[in-house]
Amino acid sequence: MAQANIQAEIEAKTRFGYRRHADQDFGAAEPAMHGVVVVGAGPVGLSLAIDLAQRGQSVVLLDDADRIGEGSRAICFSKRSLEFWDRLGVGQRMVDKGVVWQVGKIFHGASLLYQFDLLPEEGHKRPAFINLQQFYAEAYLVDRVTELPDISLRWRNRVVGLDQRNDHVILSIDTPDGLYRIGASYVIACDGARSSLRQMVGAEFSGQVFEDQFLIADVRMTAAFPTERWFWFDPPFHAGRSALLHKQPDDIWRIDLQLDRDADPAVEKHPENVRPRIARMLGHDQFDFEWISLYKFQCRRMARLIHGRVIFAGDAAHQVSPFGARGANSGLEDAENLAWKLDRVLRKASPETLLESYQIERSAAADENIRESTRSTDFMAPATRQEARLRKAVLSLAKETEFGKRMVNGGRLSVPSIYETSLSTADGEVWCGGPRPGASMLDARIAPPESGLEYLTDAFKAFGRGFTILEFANGAAEWPDGVGIVRIGGISDSLETLRARYDAEPGTAYLFRPDGYVAARFRHPTREAIEAALKRATGYS
Amino acid sequence: MALSTRSNFEKPDDAFRAIVEAHRGLSDEQSADLNAALVLILANHIGDFDVLREAIELAKRRMLEASQQQQQQQ
Repeated sequence: MAQANIQAEIEAKTRFGYRRHADQDFGAAEPAMHGVVVVGAGPVGLSLAIDLAQRGQSVVLLDDADRIGEGSRAICFSKRSLEFWDRLGVGQRMVDKGVVWQVGKIFHGASLLYQFDLLPEEGHKRPAFINLQQFYAEAYLVDRVTELPDISLRWRNRVVGLDQRNDHVILSIDTPDGLYRIGASYVIACDGARSSLRQMVGAEFSGQVFEDQFLIADVRMTAAFPTERWFWFDPPFHAGRSALLHKQPDDIWRIDLQLDRDADPAVEKHPENVRPRIARMLGHDQFDFEWISLYKFQCRRMARLIHGRVIFAGDAAHQVSPFGARGANSGLEDAENLAWKLDRVLRKASPETLLESYQIERSAAADENIRESTRSTDFMAPATRQEARLRKAVLSLAKETEFGKRMVNGGRLSVPSIYETSLSTADGEVWCGGPRPGASMLDARIAPPESGLEYLTDAFKAFGRGFTILEFANGAAEWPDGVGIVRIGGISDSLETLRARYDAEPGTAYLFRPDGYVAARFRHPTREAIEAALKRATGYS
Repeated sequence: MALSTRSNFEKPDDAFRAIVEAHRGLSDEQSADLNAALVLILANHIGDFDVLREAIELAKRRMLEASQQQQQQQ
């Protein structure tokens, strides 16, 4: 292992000391009470805390470690996640550091089978994906947290007990100074795949464990490979198996190698055994290891994401195999889905039942992510001889047919789910395009760069963060108070892309939820129609 | 029912014969590979998920019944 590796450098800068908090001086019988406590300062917990704090909530954020997570782990962050992080004030930093990519190539044996482009169109502020080590993402999020006085981030605070009362939860927390207790109206568990809060509420975490093992290594080398996602079936350097190569910042490359089912993890993980495999792949051995890990993939989820006043998000709630960037990204989508709803409930602006829409929307998303990643994993590691035969047929047909190429499954990359939800108002008019209610906002250029609001996502962030109307109208209509307005005057040629993406005509209006999903859309909205849609989208249906 | 089970070929014997002949001289392994490719090609040509599902159901039901009868006879 390289000693002075990048992880260690970052760690030195981001080791956070334990600090005693005044809450610890409260007696056990009368603990300090809080609106919301988030458990787990990973990407999901940090992002959720920031979103809540930006909406005016005080948040206690607990983490049992004193540093950001170990190893690169998640590396692919989606456009959707970057748009969320833009609203949290950290998107640009992530993009500046990250490796931007959108092209994936699939190889079979030594030859290129096909390539795909995840964002083949212009007019988006953010790229399809960036690759960034999870520890960078966490470090930037922690920096943002420290700018927000409403977040009390407490390291080395391990939740060891959970007691659900009628209208609050009491947490017992272990620290270097011993135990203390705090109360919270809501506890959000973002404490990862091995969630201890999940065990405390007694919830099952069931699903499928895949027998095949994958070796994941981050190596440091200078190489001229393009910034694309390269996936091999049966490559010459790793016969009969699959492999993945992906670039990260700092000359770090992520390599995934499928291993035999009966491979011994302790032996396979040893750098002396990993080195020759990777040298065969790269054609040289001029590289150092940053991180080596061995995985068996699991696809599983909790049946209920909400247990009384404890709400689960991210890997604590659902786990997927990694070929598709559906782990961290879906956790971030959980956070953006939950933050505005929880804020409204805590402010008593919406009924508690609004939270049930989190269960419905994010459960369906978890199912979709599990379905997609299970299919990818099954394709990479066929379970039976006949499955292997069908895969072989697909790979051979892909050499000369378009339909065969599209059946090759080397990972279907994360895209935002479309919610079938009671918060949406069904279309009452004819639409020939545009995001339908329940779908997420499509970005487009709306103004010259010097305006500072070049993209729709910029304007949404500037005017919105709450419910926001995008209207294609000249006149200033009377919209309800507290709703952000993005008004596109006349539809000039420079706005043709925007017009087409929203199937807009003069008078068209879209109502976006605070998480950027479409709540309703109208050809000629009235104030009454907008008010009714708002009522529905805020949980009064 | 979306799946057509009427006889669609003017000369069904020709169609059957073409498939049989495609398998002539192949090992069991090769034959199975050929069938897998053929199924995927034809499924894509049909391009209708309901038809595909009904075809799978019919094939599977007939396969199971036939193998059951075979077992009873033995």
